[in-house]
Amino acid sequence: MKKIIRKAYSNPDKEQQWLNELAAKGLSLSDYSWCRYVFEETEPGKYIYQIELLENKPGNPESELYLHFLEDAGVEIVAIYMRWVFLRKKAADGPFAIYSDCESKIRYLNRLKNFWTGLLVLEFSAGLFNLGISILSLLNAGFMAESQFPWVNFLGGLLCTGAGIVFLFALLRPVYLQIKKLRKEQALHD
Amino acid sequence: MPESSERGSLTEAVYYILLSLYQPMHGYGIMQTVGEWSRGRVILGAGTLYGALNTLLEKSWIQTVAIAGDSRKKEYVITEIGKQQIEDELLRLDERLTNGRRVTGGEEG
Repeated sequence: MKKIIRKAYSNPDKEQQWLNELAAKGLSLSDYSWCRYVFEETEPGKYIYQIELLENKPGNPESELYLHFLEDAGVEIVAIYMRWVFLRKKAADGPFAIYSDCESKIRYLNRLKNFWTGLLVLEFSAGLFNLGISILSLLNAGFMAESQFPWVNFLGGLLCTGAGIVFLFALLRPVYLQIKKLRKEQALHD
Repeated sequence: MPESSERGSLTEAVYYILLSLYQPMHGYGIMQTVGEWSRGRVILGAGTLYGALNTLLEKSWIQTVAIAGDSRKKEYVITEIGKQQIEDELLRLDERLTNGRRVTGGEEG
């Protein structure tokens, strides 16, 4: 029996937690495409899921090598969406984490940090550019008829800037804090 | 040799990966072996192992072994340089252990 759930996640940690909660109840992810999760019914707690951002695009030879390596190491690749991969392992085979020491965790978190930073720069530049256009036109036109105001630019700009601010606090900040915490930990342990 | 022993100690993951490669082994084998040796305490993540293997290959502490018939599945084995790292590490560990036992009076363990 397949079950499809449509849901939008931007935070991969929360998404991963949700997938593992469902897997514990016997709904195991079997495929993913844009905001569309396909589940199969399995025995509860059969799989543990992990989500990872690849260093390179999926078609890249480096990514292929890495994914083959994961498969050889007993990790099942459930779905690949852009640079995101959904991985799972049978819970019976023991705990499942892709990264097991501070150094490699920090390296991965830096990859995430760069990814979110790139996204944020795009969002803020699109947002501020459009807001700028609307403000300029307001200044040029003075307080003329309402119809002349570039509402599309203004609202689009507001939306992008707003999303940028939300992402900054919801996505980039937690990654930054995790890195900071691990760096401290690294002074004491591997 | 004095030059290499001046460097810092190996991480636990690197130490155990190198040690497991005194016999040629593929990725999964390394994870299994290290898990068994440490009685489940050191569970190497596949991503961590992959990164470490690539670094060790770059440094020529390990090398890949060609497997007849299967070009995709790689086996790795320690090199002479890698063995030297293990020798140096054993000296450092020995020193740590000796000092630790001496100071704590050898009551524990």
